Amino acid sequence: MVPSAPSPAQLAQQARARSPIEVTGAQSLVLSLEAMDVDTVFGIPGGAILPAYDPLLDSVKVRHILVRHEQGAGHAAEGYASATGRVGVCMATSGPGATNLVTPLADAHMDSVPIVAITGQVSSKAIGTDAFQEADIRGITMPITKHNYLVTNAADIPRVIAEAFHIASTGRPGPVLVDIAKDALQARTTFSWPPRFELPGYRPVARPHSKQIREAARLIAQAERPILYVGGGVIRARATEELHRLVELSRIPVVTTLMARGALPDSHPLHLGMPGMHGSVPAVTGLQKADLIIALGARFDDRVTGQLSTFAPEARVVHADIDPAEISKNRRADVPIVGDCKAVIADLIEAVDADNDAGRGGDYTEWRERVAGWKESFPLGYAEPEGGTLAPQYVLERLSAIAGPESIYVAGVGQHQMWAAQFVQYERPNAWLNSGGLGTMGYAVPAAMGAQVGEPHRTVWAVDGDGCFQMTNQELATCVINNIPIKVAIINNSSLGMVRQWQTLFYNERYSNTDLHTSVGSRVPDFVKLAEAYGCVGLRCERPEDVDATIRAAMDVTDRPVVVDFVVHRDAMVWPMVPAGVSNDAIQVARDTAPQWDREESEAVEQSLDPDHDGIPSGSHRI
Amino acid sequence: MSKHTLSVLVENKPGVLARIAALFSRRGFNIDSLAVGETEYPDVSRMTVVVDVDELPLEQVTKQLNKLVEVLKVVELEPASAVQRQVMLIKVRADPATRSQVLEMVAMFRAKVVDVATDSLTIEATGTTDKLRALLEVLQPYGVKELVQSGIVAVGRGPRSITDRALRSA
Repeated sequence: MVPSAPSPAQLAQQARARSPIEVTGAQSLVLSLEAMDVDTVFGIPGGAILPAYDPLLDSVKVRHILVRHEQGAGHAAEGYASATGRVGVCMATSGPGATNLVTPLADAHMDSVPIVAITGQVSSKAIGTDAFQEADIRGITMPITKHNYLVTNAADIPRVIAEAFHIASTGRPGPVLVDIAKDALQARTTFSWPPRFELPGYRPVARPHSKQIREAARLIAQAERPILYVGGGVIRARATEELHRLVELSRIPVVTTLMARGALPDSHPLHLGMPGMHGSVPAVTGLQKADLIIALGARFDDRVTGQLSTFAPEARVVHADIDPAEISKNRRADVPIVGDCKAVIADLIEAVDADNDAGRGGDYTEWRERVAGWKESFPLGYAEPEGGTLAPQYVLERLSAIAGPESIYVAGVGQHQMWAAQFVQYERPNAWLNSGGLGTMGYAVPAAMGAQVGEPHRTVWAVDGDGCFQMTNQELATCVINNIPIKVAIINNSSLGMVRQWQTLFYNERYSNTDLHTSVGSRVPDFVKLAEAYGCVGLRCERPEDVDATIRAAMDVTDRPVVVDFVVHRDAMVWPMVPAGVSNDAIQVARDTAPQWDREESEAVEQSLDPDHDGIPSGSHRI
Repeated sequence: MSKHTLSVLVENKPGVLARIAALFSRRGFNIDSLAVGETEYPDVSRMTVVVDVDELPLEQVTKQLNKLVEVLKVVELEPASAVQRQVMLIKVRADPATRSQVLEMVAMFRAKVVDVATDSLTIEATGTTDKLRALLEVLQPYGVKELVQSGIVAVGRGPRSITDRALRSA
């Protein structure tokens, strides 16, 4: 670029006048991002993407945050998107820069997170020659993106960027990758906005079919034991207010999946908690005993259904999802509804309301009393560890109480994630961010960074494990330098805790390669010193009586990140638990302990209960 | 398992074939036959895919294909209401002693000889998969030296066009 090149702001002004302006491909890219109202890009420059970084330096609208690893950029974009509901953007160079984005892209694909990844590619003439830092990132990411592009002509840049944002944020949200050849970034082209879309094959259905809604309402009115099975789609569709109204109107009990925590306040009396492998007894049992499941933006994931053939055996299924491919994929739907959850729930409210007015509404009083009984009999709980050591669940309980429902909680993957899902009280959507589908260890710190950038006025707590934290903690440097004051609670049990739990339960306590030496015997690394080395505040808490004071001390730090090393009891396990591959009826509330049902209930579950799971060879368990 | 013929209209863009082939392999669907070519609209390609799946997975195949941004339309062609054709080139051993017998078979199947050498014939045959299999069976005893076959192409019977309808709704 010549030094006298116009600034992006000047160019944007000209472009607003609708007359095409002469720019480079790189300027066209930055102008396109500005036109899409992008305020933040997480990324790292390198050879092939270098032309794009030059005009980026001049942009006053787009803030680029230089991360320390491209995986951090990807998860930060996810965190930004999940916390704000807006499209997150990350940028990387060709080859290894791009391949480092693979994990966050796969993660965003599984959890329907709207992000756009922009990667540099080697010059179009060099593509296919195994050039330096060449990788076919479009080919690599085909199965893990909603869509992706390779741009070799500078004139295509505005259209492709506009399409990428449109695809990422509409229908079922997801990641879109735009790979741009270096010569396209350097070429002279014209920029005008808005460009014309060319997406004849992309027509997501938002409005549900009225006939299906009527049919769903009919089943709801007829049901005796209905349950709302709410998934992450309700949060992505911003349909939580509608959900709340539907619950108030129908008085149907609700479960919220791992991806939907906060879609209905946990304090709501009809909320039974989280279903699935580590779900609450009332949520798991509620689904098993229901005669009608109303699935909203959920996908009958194996971690929710357990053994599919014995999942909710008596239930008919109404399944609403914006992605038609999710409906009847795992569990056959009696009433399939394709549509955006916001529109679906609004229409269901109308239909249920009409039925109630006409005196045809369902009466679920008996069922509600039954689930309320389960809620009372089987609250979440945990055993106090011996010898004054710290229970991880207690840390989460106190964190929830002190940081409160307005904070954002971002978890990694494993035991700490499950405890954070169970013991933090969620009262609003987008307060809980985690890697649900892919189960990406290392998600928490960079995603918390992205969430903090998107929501600067909220407190953001990353709840991380000692294993997860060591995968991506380099982004603490990014946080310190860019004044992104996240807080990290390391639930340090000196192990890959969830794997260790499975070894305890299914592999005869043979702890193969799960000892991380981060607190028992040695502290490698010492997380407090590590935090301080980055310029963060480092705190440590090892006794229950110090938990509140430590959390409050962390809350008082607002000018830089804080890392708290909560050294917890190593043998704590996540309960309740349904072992992998068995029926949800086999839920255990503690090791070898089935829930103590009253007589009537126990007769109902007896047949399918297999309290010691001896039919399952331990090697067949999957995590 | 049963065979189903899908006509998939896609945007004629680089990488679409890779996207569709990858989708089949990662979802664990078996492709029996695949043929691709431009339609009467140069920006639209048509893929004819024969898959070997049960009814329920077939619904998944169709839905997953429809999710691809570059897929315009997916139509299942019922064998009874569609014409299906495949091309086969067969290089068969044929010396002066057997040549006339081979030519008789070629005539019987309304196939064509497209190349002749001293001890071989190359035969071009068009038809349904069943007809081609039958031809191959009768040629087998003479010695098949080389065999190449195209994917199946198929079109619905009657005046209606799926390309027309797809482009109108797009």
